[in-house]
This record gives sequence, C-alpha cells and structure tokens, in this order.
Amino acid sequence: MMKRRSWQEYQKEIADDNYYYARSCIRQNFFPGSEKAFIDILHNDLGKDLLDDPKHSSCTGIGYHSDIVPLETIMTVVARQFSLMNDAGYKNFVTSCITSFGIYNEILATWEEFPETEERTREYLYKATGREFRKPQSLAHTSDVVFHFREEIARRARHLLVNATTGEPLKVVEHIGCHYAKIFPKSGIGGSEFPYVLAGMIESWGGEVVDYPERRHCCGFGFRNYLVQANRGYSIANSHKKLESMAPYKPDFIVANCPGCAMFLDKWQYTIAEMEGTTYGENGHGIPVLTYEEMAGLVLGYDPWTLGMQMHQVDVEPLLDKMGIEYDPAAKYLGRNGKYIGKPASAVVNCCPTDTIYDIRE
Amino acid sequence: MAAINFGYTISKPRAIDLDRNNLRKSDEILHEMPELQTCIGCGACTAVCTAGNLTDFNFRRTHTLVRRGEYEGIYAEMNKCMLCGKCRLVCPRGINTRAVVMLVKRKLGDF
Repeated sequence: MMKRRSWQEYQKEIADDNYYYARSCIRQNFFPGSEKAFIDILHNDLGKDLLDDPKHSSCTGIGYHSDIVPLETIMTVVARQFSLMNDAGYKNFVTSCITSFGIYNEILATWEEFPETEERTREYLYKATGREFRKPQSLAHTSDVVFHFREEIARRARHLLVNATTGEPLKVVEHIGCHYAKIFPKSGIGGSEFPYVLAGMIESWGGEVVDYPERRHCCGFGFRNYLVQANRGYSIANSHKKLESMAPYKPDFIVANCPGCAMFLDKWQYTIAEMEGTTYGENGHGIPVLTYEEMAGLVLGYDPWTLGMQMHQVDVEPLLDKMGIEYDPAAKYLGRNGKYIGKPASAVVNCCPTDTIYDIRE
Repeated sequence: MAAINFGYTISKPRAIDLDRNNLRKSDEILHEMPELQTCIGCGACTAVCTAGNLTDFNFRRTHTLVRRGEYEGIYAEMNKCMLCGKCRLVCPRGINTRAVVMLVKRKLGDF
C-alpha cells in the first residue's frame, strides 16, 4: 500500500524471469546451503529460469574495500562478468552477495557519471581477454527476487513464521546490510531509511518485524575493521551495540541480507559470550541467525539440515520447535551420503540438546 | 576475564549514553545555577580563555561533558582555570562562568 508519495522513489523494477546468477565468494563457507536453496526455490518451486554459471569469478569486492584491488582491476573483472552474461544470452543480473551488489551498483554509476572510465574498462577487458560486453538490463540482489515472489512463496507455504503452539507471530529482527541500500538508497527496496526487502518477506509469511533503536546500525564487518586483528574490537563493538539494543524485544530470530552480516551477528554472539558472559536469546542461549534463503526454505518446507543450518554458530533447534518443523536431531551432523561431518565443541550460546547422540555416532 | 585470548576486546563506544549516565550531580549543578541552561554553546568563553591559550583547557567542552554526566577527570580539568574571568565579559548570555567553574569543582571533587 502506497501511503506516501516519497515511498514510490524507493521501489525498483525486478525482472520476472531469466536470471544470470552471480554467487558470493564467501557464503559457501558460512551458510553453505543458502545459495543452493535459492536455486532450488527458483527452479523447483517457482519454475523460473536461472543460470548458475561456473565461469564467473569473485567480484573482488573484499579486496577492493581492503585497498588491495585497484579500481581499474575491479571494473575489468565486473565487465568480464557482464560479458559472460551476454555470452549466455541473459540480461537480468542477480547477485547473491551484498558486497557484490554494492560493487555492481557503484561501477555502473561510475560508468554513467564518468563515461571515460567505461571506455578504459572496455579497452582493458579487450586487451586482457579479447572480450566485449553490454551492461545488464536489470540488476537485482537475490533478496529482491525472493521479495518479488514473496506472495507466491506464501501461497505455497508449509510453515509460517508463527509460533505453532500459541499461534502468535514470531518476532523477527531484520538486517539489510550497509552495502544493500546505504551506498545507493534508490537501488534497494525501501532504501536504508525504510528497509523493506526482508520486512516484506517477514510480513507476508506471518511474522512480526521488530523495529528496535539500532535497526539500521552496521553489523561491524566493515572489511578492514575486521581483517586486521587489532581492529576487531571495533568490529565486535558494533554487533554488541545491535544485540544490546534488540535483546529487550526478545526476538525469536534474526534474518540477515548480507553474507558478512549473517556471519558476524551469528559468530560474534559466541565471542561476546566468551568475553563477557553475556547471551541475548532465551534460556541463556543465543538468538538464531538465518539468511533469507533459509527463512524462505523453512517456509516452503525444506529440511533444515539440507539448508545447511547445522553450520550456524547459534543452534536453530529452538526456532524449529517453535515453528513446529519436524527434523531429525541425529542427522544434524551427517553430510551428504550420511557421512559424519564432525561437530563443534559445546558453547554457552548453543543449546546442544542431543550431544550424546552424536558422540555415539563418533 | 575471558578464558580465550582473542587478541582483542570489545571496544568501548565513544558515544555518550544519557540513559546510563548518572545525571544527579549535573542536575544539582543546574539547580544551583539555572542560568547555565541558557548556554548556546557559542564557545566565546573558550576563545578568550587565557588558560586555554597555554594549556588544552576548554571550558565549553568541560561544562558540556558535566551536563551530560561525563564526570571523569573533570575536577583536574577545571583546576586549569586561573579564574581571571575574561570569559564572563564575552558570554552573550551573561552566565557567571567563573561561578560555574567553582561550583563544578565543589560538586565533582571526587571524580
């Protein structure tokens, strides 16, 4: 519902079909099932065409933001991705990473403002690879695409973001990530001022968004703030500030848009618990942190262990129980083909209700 | 003390948290010198300050921190004032700035 005219400025066109998919370089390590879940949801549940091209590379965004990769180099790498998309016959570029999304937006805007940089990039790309490129017709983040189909997903929902016992909506903290809409506010749904991309999914799937004071605060990743060990105190202080601010609202889980944010909001909970003994979730444990693909996957009835949720720092079982999702506790640390993948040591942020079962299998 | 040495600790934010700071002393000071509330923070006091010319004393900064409940090191800071009173001559609100210095020192001697 459009209540204010200014809200219209924050809408964006999202293509309906035929996507060229650019993966993140770090997500596979932290939330390994999320990208696969996105592909499965688009292919199997929504019947859309999406190309997962093995030829594309990292966008080199982390190197760029750490002052290791020069601007000319990253522009040429991005131009190569667009060239690969042209080769495959696609026009709608979809990226799975907020850093990459910011990079693509920044470079397209730079080419627009300073056409000579685009000409130079064309020259570099041709000299390096013999390739030419056309810019994409549309650029979207994967969460934009999930947002676009949120009502369709709601119609197919097997579980809602509702407490199965009480019928109350789950309280969800959403975090859109700085590079989604703070660099170019008009390129993200709702901008950074009215972050709606995840809030829209939560509302459509029955949950309740927590509007807490530090909702728009950075998670603390900030590239060189984290990459240099001596600076990490500053990085963790940002997550600490957010967690302190959201805890009084007793959120059932956090959903994050960005690979870095999901990782830091999840793993810093462990570090804060070790350093200060503070935990923010129920019963002295942590608050589960999900990616939006995992949230969509749970709503559509995917198995939590297929979604890779055993790789989280904070255990997700309390959330699964609340939503009334059935899962096999003994299968948690069994990878593909039933092979035992090892399990993390117990930590105060985890609840570990079935520790003994895994020990027997070990 | 953490059992694990991570090589870093959680940095303290530099933001002033008015919800957590104890404003009792600040309120007492404002109660005794309500004219301090009319300060517009122009910094004329600091601009003409002789002590500020010779040391890093900054009267505007110091009394603003007191009003926000940041008392640490304030007594030592106010001791840099040599009570010449030139700040009183330029204050556009006519605040008795020298009396503010004396009052803050009396109230915050322990900090």
